[in-house]
Amino acid sequence: MSDRAKTLLLHGGVLVLLFALQFVLPAYHHGNLARIMVLASFAIGYNVMFGYAGLLSLGHALFFAAGMYGLGLAVAHGGADPVSGLLAGIAAALAVSVAVGLLALRTSGVAFMIVTLMFAQVGYLAVLYFGTYTRGDEGIVLQQAQRVLWGIDLTQPGARYFAALLLFAVCLLATLGLVRAPFGKVLIAIRENEERARMLGYDVFRYKLAAVVISGVLSGLAGAVYGLLFGFVGATFASVQYSIFPLLWVLLGGAGTVLGPFVGTLFMFYLIDLSSAVTSAYMLVAGVALVLLTLFAPQGLVGEIRNRIWRWLP
Amino acid sequence: MTLLSTRGLSKSFAGLQAVHEVDFDLPKGEVRALIGPNGAGKTTFVGLLCGRIAPSSGQVFFDGRDISHLPAHKRIGLGMAYTFQITSVFGRLSLFENVALAARRRVQGTAAVRAEVMGALAKVGLAGAAERAAGDLSYGHQRLLEIAMGLAQAPRLLILDEPTQGLSDAEITGFKALIRELSATTTILLIEHNMSVVMEVADQVTVLNFGEILAEGTPEEMHANAQVQAAYLGTG
Repeated sequence: MSDRAKTLLLHGGVLVLLFALQFVLPAYHHGNLARIMVLASFAIGYNVMFGYAGLLSLGHALFFAAGMYGLGLAVAHGGADPVSGLLAGIAAALAVSVAVGLLALRTSGVAFMIVTLMFAQVGYLAVLYFGTYTRGDEGIVLQQAQRVLWGIDLTQPGARYFAALLLFAVCLLATLGLVRAPFGKVLIAIRENEERARMLGYDVFRYKLAAVVISGVLSGLAGAVYGLLFGFVGATFASVQYSIFPLLWVLLGGAGTVLGPFVGTLFMFYLIDLSSAVTSAYMLVAGVALVLLTLFAPQGLVGEIRNRIWRWLP
Repeated sequence: MTLLSTRGLSKSFAGLQAVHEVDFDLPKGEVRALIGPNGAGKTTFVGLLCGRIAPSSGQVFFDGRDISHLPAHKRIGLGMAYTFQITSVFGRLSLFENVALAARRRVQGTAAVRAEVMGALAKVGLAGAAERAAGDLSYGHQRLLEIAMGLAQAPRLLILDEPTQGLSDAEITGFKALIRELSATTTILLIEHNMSVVMEVADQVTVLNFGEILAEGTPEEMHANAQVQAAYLGTG
């Protein structure tokens, strides 16, 4: 079997499995998995920039929140329907990522991390400052009537799961196509050796900007869908916590692997879920697990699988 | 017909004149060797040509066009290729992918890229190792991979910075044959320390010393030039 066939089989298989799981999972895990798929889409967006282009952002909450508030404000104050809301979310994330990309990419390395972190703080403080519209920490609660898409009530668990799966499938297949295309190979080349890529004639800045925009738009789309499916748009999602989460998920799952973001999100979600059922010191359990993984599987779970067994994994 | 020339090209680093007022002309189709003692400014000079380093003053012309203000990737796009002195390959990618990245700037489509890549790898004798990671190669083979990446760009001007460093005698013999074959279609500028390579493949030699052109001529003339000998032996 060719690498291409194996790749399609594996990723298609994961999607089929997720589709089938909705019929057998108990309600609690059913709800969890819907949430995980949306958050994993956020992580997939993060991975385009960090895992493939090698740009470490500490400010991805900004893009997630841009999409989420783009939708939330349009629906709550503009009276938009969910489709227009999603488009507003995407447009907001697009605008923010172009602006951040143009400015932040003038720096690199640690300075890039700091600049993205600062931009995200500006976003967070702006959400609080414009509390009249955003309702700050309290957040905007979207009513059931505002969450009906083409006659489908997204507050229903079944519809919600399906919408989450659809988002996840789009993000997964989009990145799969991206990294297998020449464009993705150039991003990897820039990650591996930026100067060499430049001296092969590639306009490194343009490629990096494209990576930031794709990453920002996917993250924003995930944020908008999150707001729509779970009906809450709050300042927490713009806080630094939501900049660190996607980094952790991607590191755990495997940076620069297509499936890694999902595996990392799933693993971390259930690690916290299961340990918090046993002890109130669940963050300690999570911390120890993180340290162990960093020590013994520095490439992340999927990254280690690629190193040891399936070398063809994209 | 001149392919590449510079006028008054200078670069100083914190007061040190690495390259000073260099007027240089390279005719189309020539193999030019750039030699000079360590620290003569050879690598800085070629860095100025291909845009890796910004000049302090002066101009660079390529094919009659002033390219002094073009960024590196645009100069490469005009048909220059540059191989690094300190091996700079994509270590975690396969040899195939390394060369494919160079080839895709020029050709599209899986089959066409594959043909270009395998052709370039075959020319340096690495076709059998196409699927290996570049970082696993010996230093000499990484040098050859660099050359293959240059070849895959089918450049009009190929700049090689010490290509034979770390190669075995047999590989150097192969390299000389490759340069002779290429010289039919490509203008070549190579920085070289190995005098047997200079004597056998270069049409003309430019000697740099303290950032200035000390002498220019055929390899035989340079070999016999007293000033050049003095510069190398440090008795000038």
